[in-house]
Amino acid sequence: MGKWDWQVFLQDPGGKIPTYWQWLVSAWGWTVSVSLCSLVVALVLGSLVGVIRTLPDSPWLVRFGNAWVELFRNIPLLVQIFLWYHVVPKMFPVMAGLPPFILVVFALGFFTSARIAEQLRSGIQALPKGQRYAGMAVGFTTFQYYRYVILPMAYRIIIPPLTSESMNIFKNSSVAFAVSIPEMIQFAMQAGEETSRVTEMYMAVTVLYVISAMIINRIMAWVEKRVRVPGFVVAGGTGGH
Amino acid sequence: MNLDLTFFSWPVISGFLLKGLYFSVFLTVVATLGGIFFGTLLALMRLSGNKWLDMPAAIYVNGMRSIPLVMVILWFFLLVPTMIGRPIGPEYSAIITFIAFEAAYFSEIMRAGIQSIPRGQVSAGMAVGMTYSQNMKLVILPQAFRNMLPVLLTQTIILFQDTSLVYAIGAYDLFKGFDTAGKNFGRPEEAYLLAAVVYFVLCYSLSYLVKRLHRKIAIIR
Repeated sequence: MGKWDWQVFLQDPGGKIPTYWQWLVSAWGWTVSVSLCSLVVALVLGSLVGVIRTLPDSPWLVRFGNAWVELFRNIPLLVQIFLWYHVVPKMFPVMAGLPPFILVVFALGFFTSARIAEQLRSGIQALPKGQRYAGMAVGFTTFQYYRYVILPMAYRIIIPPLTSESMNIFKNSSVAFAVSIPEMIQFAMQAGEETSRVTEMYMAVTVLYVISAMIINRIMAWVEKRVRVPGFVVAGGTGGH
Repeated sequence: MNLDLTFFSWPVISGFLLKGLYFSVFLTVVATLGGIFFGTLLALMRLSGNKWLDMPAAIYVNGMRSIPLVMVILWFFLLVPTMIGRPIGPEYSAIITFIAFEAAYFSEIMRAGIQSIPRGQVSAGMAVGMTYSQNMKLVILPQAFRNMLPVLLTQTIILFQDTSLVYAIGAYDLFKGFDTAGKNFGRPEEAYLLAAVVYFVLCYSLSYLVKRLHRKIAIIR
């Protein structure tokens, strides 16, 4: 490996971006945007699918929700990203004009939605049945007792697994390198090749991934503290990948 | 779009896909066994109560878990050849990477499994005069393994999916097989679709089996 040469980050990659460190910051920006946008997609879809899997008296909706989860959980993320990027625009001409960024956000968002749906389902089912009945008893519609009784508690229960899922989404965004999104892995590969200073590039990217994970972790800890219901203790969640 | 799956004839399957499938399965099995072995060691280090064993293991496990797998794959592909002093192919590099990476994840599973065994079991083992290693080998680990079996197998299914990420260093796995076949015959869309179907069928059937096993173990306990 030889000696370190951190000044490599001040060199000019010879493109629109004047230095390598600015390119790195831009790549981090891509990683963060892909991750956050996917997280929004995943939260919206995951919540919908998670809720319909627990609806009473609607077996077909429940089956649809289960199928959704199995479909997106049992195909590797890399394959899903390739499907969204190469196959979906060809199959549905409406989506042909979409930029790669949107396609990757959909891929990562749909993939993660299955996992959030699974967490929300188990969160809802962990609540005592009495809460549901109490909501029904005071005359709430199904929408109302989900909105005002079940979901506020269920979301609090699943904050620990949601935390690790948000950290996972940052790690999983790295797979987007395969379809030419200029995020950090792609930066590491290209800049490493151009400068022959692979170790320095990998180090910088690795550190930024760790910092991103820590920031997310702190934000979620803050959210958890902020929304805590006094006297209501939830069990810790388990991690995934 | 017209799908044309006819080019997936037997020569294509045996020429492109089986080789990749073989490597994916081999990588999964080796990484699972190696990961469980080193993961158990890491878990024992973390539970040893000795900070000189606990701390390095904790740093290793948390470090591995906070970096994306793709980054780890790239790191090992860069570092392993410089460490052993000669170039190795992406396949060997992938094997070493996955054992090292999965050890971190399996160690967390093992740790939870060992901690799920009531303290009384440890005390009982000590009371009948067993040494630490006897106690672990004969009393704690067999029970922990059984408690953890469903989670271990689920992790193995995730691992099988993750093997597709060796794409980053160009190792020839199942996905690479589909990718190459699709590109060679000018039918990438069909190849990716078929890859998704094959992965889905394999992973779904495996997770179905794990679910059944889970139910079976749950009844006995």
